[in-house]
Amino acid sequence: MRSRQLAFRRYHILLGILVVVVIYLLRLFWLQVIDQSYKFSSQNNVLRFVTLYPPRGTMLDRNGELLVYNETAYDLMIVPRQARIPDTLEFARLLKIDVQQLRTRIEKARNYSRVKPSVLVEQISKEDYGYISEKLYQYPGFYFQTRTLRKYPMAIGAHILGDVGEVSPAEMERNPYYKMGDYIGKSGLERSYEQYLRGRKGIRVVMVDVHNREKGSYKEGRFDTLPENGQTLHLGLDLRLQAYGEQLMANKTGSVVAIDPRTGEILALVSSPGYDPNLLVGRQRGANFNQLLNDPRKPLINRAISGTYPPGSTFKMINALVALQAGAINEHTQFSCQGKSSQPIRCTHAHVTPLAVKEAIEHSCNPFFWNTFRSTLYASRFKNHKEAYQYWYDKMMAFGLGHKFDTDIPFELPGNIPSRNFFDRVYRGNWNAMTVRSLSIGQGEILLTPLQIANLAAIIGNEGWYYPPHLVRRIGNGTDSLPASFTTKIHTGVDRKYFQIVKEAMLNVFEGGGGTARRYKIADFQAAGKTGTVQNPHGKDHSLFMAFAPFDNPTIAIAVVVENAGFGATWAAPIASLMMEQFLTGEVKRKDLEQRMLEAVLN
Amino acid sequence: MREEKNIFRNIDWITVGISLALMLIGWISIYAAVYDEAHHSIFDLSQRYGKQLLWIAMALVLALFVLLADPRFFNAFALIIYLATIAMLILVLLFGTTISGSKSWFQIGDFRLQPAEFAKFSTALALASLLGRIDASLDQMRTRVLSLTIIFLPSLLILLQYDTGSAIVFGAFMIVLYREGFPGWPLLLALVAGVLFLITLYTSQTAVLLGLVALFIISLFFVRRDVQNILTLLGMLAAGVLFVLSVEFVFHNVLEPHQRTRINVLIGLEEDLRGAGYNVHQSKIAIGSGGFFGKGFLQGTQTKFNFVPEQSTDFIFCTVGEEWGFLGSLVLIGLYLALFVRLIDLAERQRSVFARVYGYAVLSVMFFHFMVNIGMTIGLMPVIGIPLPFVSYGGSSLWAFTLMLFVFIRLDANRLNLL
Repeated sequence: MRSRQLAFRRYHILLGILVVVVIYLLRLFWLQVIDQSYKFSSQNNVLRFVTLYPPRGTMLDRNGELLVYNETAYDLMIVPRQARIPDTLEFARLLKIDVQQLRTRIEKARNYSRVKPSVLVEQISKEDYGYISEKLYQYPGFYFQTRTLRKYPMAIGAHILGDVGEVSPAEMERNPYYKMGDYIGKSGLERSYEQYLRGRKGIRVVMVDVHNREKGSYKEGRFDTLPENGQTLHLGLDLRLQAYGEQLMANKTGSVVAIDPRTGEILALVSSPGYDPNLLVGRQRGANFNQLLNDPRKPLINRAISGTYPPGSTFKMINALVALQAGAINEHTQFSCQGKSSQPIRCTHAHVTPLAVKEAIEHSCNPFFWNTFRSTLYASRFKNHKEAYQYWYDKMMAFGLGHKFDTDIPFELPGNIPSRNFFDRVYRGNWNAMTVRSLSIGQGEILLTPLQIANLAAIIGNEGWYYPPHLVRRIGNGTDSLPASFTTKIHTGVDRKYFQIVKEAMLNVFEGGGGTARRYKIADFQAAGKTGTVQNPHGKDHSLFMAFAPFDNPTIAIAVVVENAGFGATWAAPIASLMMEQFLTGEVKRKDLEQRMLEAVLN
Repeated sequence: MREEKNIFRNIDWITVGISLALMLIGWISIYAAVYDEAHHSIFDLSQRYGKQLLWIAMALVLALFVLLADPRFFNAFALIIYLATIAMLILVLLFGTTISGSKSWFQIGDFRLQPAEFAKFSTALALASLLGRIDASLDQMRTRVLSLTIIFLPSLLILLQYDTGSAIVFGAFMIVLYREGFPGWPLLLALVAGVLFLITLYTSQTAVLLGLVALFIISLFFVRRDVQNILTLLGMLAAGVLFVLSVEFVFHNVLEPHQRTRINVLIGLEEDLRGAGYNVHQSKIAIGSGGFFGKGFLQGTQTKFNFVPEQSTDFIFCTVGEEWGFLGSLVLIGLYLALFVRLIDLAERQRSVFARVYGYAVLSVMFFHFMVNIGMTIGLMPVIGIPLPFVSYGGSSLWAFTLMLFVFIRLDANRLNLL
């Protein structure tokens, strides 16, 4: 019987239901009665996710000396739903904050979440931590989380090292690694090398009882992960040179950049006025930051990479090199100079006339470089002056001007080399060498950063090539951890023999009888340099100097800019000279000169 | 023959009692789940327990109307109700409001309605109406195709609303078809395929393939080894191998990422305490911490501290497990089992095919909801968001289940009036 057969199927269905019900009951019996791991205490059992913050990577200078390290601090966390405070007054006294503030903070945490932990008091010192943790058992719903804070053994290099602060909502959105209350590099190397320095957070899942006591790892730590320490940054920076540079630049506005020409490693990068990096650490960070931000002297700006200046006479060598390479002049080409009555640019120095390129650099003769620049633009190998200008412009790019090096600290500026299109636009296509004559002596639209000027010194010292300047030479223990761009040699495309002419001329700036820096000659080695005095619509001239040493095989190239200080020879040259002496001999013998520079107040 | 007006004497009070008990348990649990020292009036309409109380009252009014209705109405209008529901499902696709990823709600002011909940009811009616016709038999291909169409058309439309959970529920009607004569092997095949799918993901492909070959060799010893039998077995082996080989592909290319994680969490390949596994893990802690006797009414800490999300809707069973322990779970599951057994009994005693099929449809849908919902809270089923009948918070689902059940109770009360 078909219908009876089918009616029997009710028992199949019933059996199916029974099987499911029995399985579920067995499972429930297992979960609720046999397996104890789900109810370790018959009371309140709460899992707590404790984030394990790894120590942030430290930074060492080129000699392995410590620039930044970490110190432990403690954040007091609150879980509002579990929080019980028997005596608010007593608790506030314990935490060393006032009652009203304590109430607002608890309210804020409660508004964020009643069940998720928030930071109640951040960065409690080791001493206070010991004292508070002894009493904390009276306050369920509170616990400590370990954090590390940055410490600087010497208060130097604030602009380079940068600072660390709490992540912003925007940063959290960009990268889901970061959670509320995490720290992130905000500026300088801390920012650029964030992913190496931060390491990786770990997590520990612990069980906590109703009295806020940790009852050990949850499920034998199956869900725990160990934090991974941040990597050490090895910098090319020389800590002593940096410190010395900051001392020399105290009470002056400007910057000093020193580069190792052989590798492109930055030896010192001073921006003045600076500030103590310890100001931007800890609970006072916000207040201090605002104070620095509102300081009229703008100490937060890193003038060494984001200050731009017309290079003045320091630019003349580059014009000479391009003219030589273009065949517009040769080593013996002479131009005459009528001194103060020269047209269209007058000369401020007294010297023999006519003169060739070497003497012209030594005496910084403006008419010579005007004629050189004009010869370049009208050189017979170019179809017209605009094409010649393009050649000149391309050479500027090859010298690392008008664009960023993409060095490893943020906020670098490209400076400015005006393009052919720019002049076409400004002069409606109708311009010539005369119109743009200021370029011949490094004035006008040209703007360079001190970093670029230092790099020019490195290029001349190297006779034609450079590595893009950078601060970090090694990350952690890796051998090839640096970006490839920092280890790629860049050639300027100007022949070595022309560089040798320019180098000789720069040597005479120190060594020659009429050299503008002859008073700052150093006894132990030969240095080559060039002064610059840059007109400036906002006040006194800027004092500039670029140099490299030792002459035969340079290991330091340097640029010094002192804003509104007058002649290049008066301030920038002696500071550069002292820096080179410090770096190459390890001590400064010219105490008088040193004293004069240290004491000068130029702001 | 009894009088029509004695309907209240013919009502199956056992079923009515169980459903009322479930509603009461649901309300108490919702109260406990959202309980807050700040609000304790049970009639507070700003709180979920206040609203649920209102909805239970309205459900009872609805039940009364159903009981007073003419039982012939349901069979007569089955097709119209069904087609109206299909129309609603299409309209909601066009004009619906999207809530947590599913475009399955009509919003009129503060009031929200989910047509998918009522689709189960109208599909049950339509299916019963079809199979109740004298000329219909599941031995015919025509009836089979028609009934499968009735079942899976609304399911497909609901799938288009991205409400996978509700769409899957329609698979439960296969139980009804089985009872009415649909061959058993497609169901068995589906079951075997499901198990193979999970085993393949859990262990390795090679292991499962070797297992299939071993099974093939073993079965050779148990059958008469003639050409036909061996060929059949070989065919089954080949089908099994092909299926296992396609599992990886389907898993990685057909399923959505969140569905993959849910399956991985279920079979224990992934234990992401803060991600997909969070709900299930917290739910297991809540239930597991209840112990044998439970923590007592309003004493649950896991559910109270909001560790379990969706605790008044899909994860309501956590509150029962935590506050009333194994004993409470046993009572609740016992109530459901009693309801299911009773429904089978009632269905089998119907004189009309229509009423019997409808009864089994009600049983199937409720059982499926029960199995998936409780299964997911104890980690035996993937997380599929469907409510626990009569217990979970929510008006739409409560009214839909009330309507379904009480229509059957009405039909049952009328059974003696039929020849």
